[in-house]
Amino acid sequence: MIFTRDSRSTTHDLQATIHENMIEERTKLIHAFGALAELGQEVANKNNFQETIRTSLHLISGALGIMRGGVARYSRFGHELNMLAVRGLGDDFPLSLALCTEDERQFLTNGLNAIETAEARVLPFFQVYDRSFESRRIELFIPLIVRDEIVGSIFLGEKATGESYTSYEKEIICAMGRHIGVAIAQRNLMAEIERHTETNRKLFDDLRTTYSDTVKAFAAAIDCKDKYTEGHSVRVGRYSEIIAAELDWGKEEVEGAATAGYLHDVGKLTVERKIINAPYRINAKESAELNKHPAIGFEILQPIHHPYTDVPLAAKYHHERLDGRGYPDGLYDREIPYIAKIVNLADSFDAMTTDRPYKARRQACDVVDDLQRNAGKQFAPELVTAFLKGMLKELNGDTKDKRFRRLLGREYMETEGLVPVLRTALNDLRPTTTLTYISSS
Amino acid sequence: MIAQYLSEAVDPNTPETAVVLAGDYLNKLTGEKVERECKTRLEEGCKRLVVDFSQTEIINSIGISILLGVIDSAENSGAKVIFSDLNEQSVELFEMLGLTKHVTLA
Repeated sequence: MIFTRDSRSTTHDLQATIHENMIEERTKLIHAFGALAELGQEVANKNNFQETIRTSLHLISGALGIMRGGVARYSRFGHELNMLAVRGLGDDFPLSLALCTEDERQFLTNGLNAIETAEARVLPFFQVYDRSFESRRIELFIPLIVRDEIVGSIFLGEKATGESYTSYEKEIICAMGRHIGVAIAQRNLMAEIERHTETNRKLFDDLRTTYSDTVKAFAAAIDCKDKYTEGHSVRVGRYSEIIAAELDWGKEEVEGAATAGYLHDVGKLTVERKIINAPYRINAKESAELNKHPAIGFEILQPIHHPYTDVPLAAKYHHERLDGRGYPDGLYDREIPYIAKIVNLADSFDAMTTDRPYKARRQACDVVDDLQRNAGKQFAPELVTAFLKGMLKELNGDTKDKRFRRLLGREYMETEGLVPVLRTALNDLRPTTTLTYISSS
Repeated sequence: MIAQYLSEAVDPNTPETAVVLAGDYLNKLTGEKVERECKTRLEEGCKRLVVDFSQTEIINSIGISILLGVIDSAENSGAKVIFSDLNEQSVELFEMLGLTKHVTLA
């Protein structure tokens, strides 16, 4: 090829210009990719959502030198774009922009691609907000589409250079838009999960109330069968609740202990009424029949999905003793489920403190003495300690609760000499020495 | 002539001039402080806002966005913005992104 001096010079100039432009483009690209990487990190960091969106808008503006813009979240219920972050759009710019069905359809067809506002005036959205866009010189609109759903949009004003957006700049903006879209979609998902969780919690609370009411109705039904021990199951439920509370158990565990107490005698529903109501000490045959009630209770309760796991076990083993002399299985200390030990103490205490057809209620001091003496034999010592401590607290006025007074009557609880007897019993129980019986089997 | 104008522009004793220090790394944290400071000055009636970059080594994308916001606010309130003591790298970046079209460099 033959060059004249002038044409050679022009070619050199052109090459130099191309070279300079290439360097500038490369620098621009490196700067923009740095911002893109930072945006990815910002979205992944799961910081405050509002702050993430604000930072994202900064990163887009700073990456390409954009004078103003905004990021909006789409509400599919209100069919509107609600601004989450704005920069330089002024007070007049609408914070909520409505979309019609045609706009939505067109945006979904367009996908996550930049739309030049000047070329999109055919759409109702751009006709309605034409003035706002023009006054703030909004040049680009990017619908944020995630999994074929509109989740939001980006509005961008003019560049500081005053030049039009190049195709690679639009590509970078769309890449950043994808990150922002995912952040919005994640936030929407989290909000939906929170809503469902709240609904589920309410449903769960309703179910628990229903369960609790059913349990109490059952306890009342069990107690109806035995006219002499009216209210026994309800009281055992309350005493079990007191013991669990004195052990500092959590709210749910305390409720579980109460439920176990309420239902411990459910097996008695199948025992003949004349045996339960016998106004005399029952014979061996009748006793064998009555002693089946723990196992039957277990059979009744086992198939039910209780919110508290040990309820059937409490019914089955509430007549077991630490020394292995209980029934139905003659279990020893550590073989007995803890909940059954609690119900056993509550059940025995109620038996001692209520009138029976063949036996009058025992004196309060006598009962306390009995509990102390049988700690380590029939009862778990730490449970006796917890129970008696609860009683003493109430008598000393260390608690506002009147639980024992309500269950036993004021007069019974204010028996003369009960406080010193309780103190002595607690003293004798301390330090707790648990007798551990080892099963012979 | 230009030098004379610039030295006048950065002189903090010139009436209606405010100098705001950009700090060593202009990012979101420091940028927002600079932005608040600039807006306060503009609201107080400042007509020459000097942003001093003498200690600034790095400016990230968020820093640039914040500076664009400062420029926009200044333009809306009819104030001039002067960027002083920018390092070479930052000048190149600002030229590339068009910031230099809106400010005076000193």
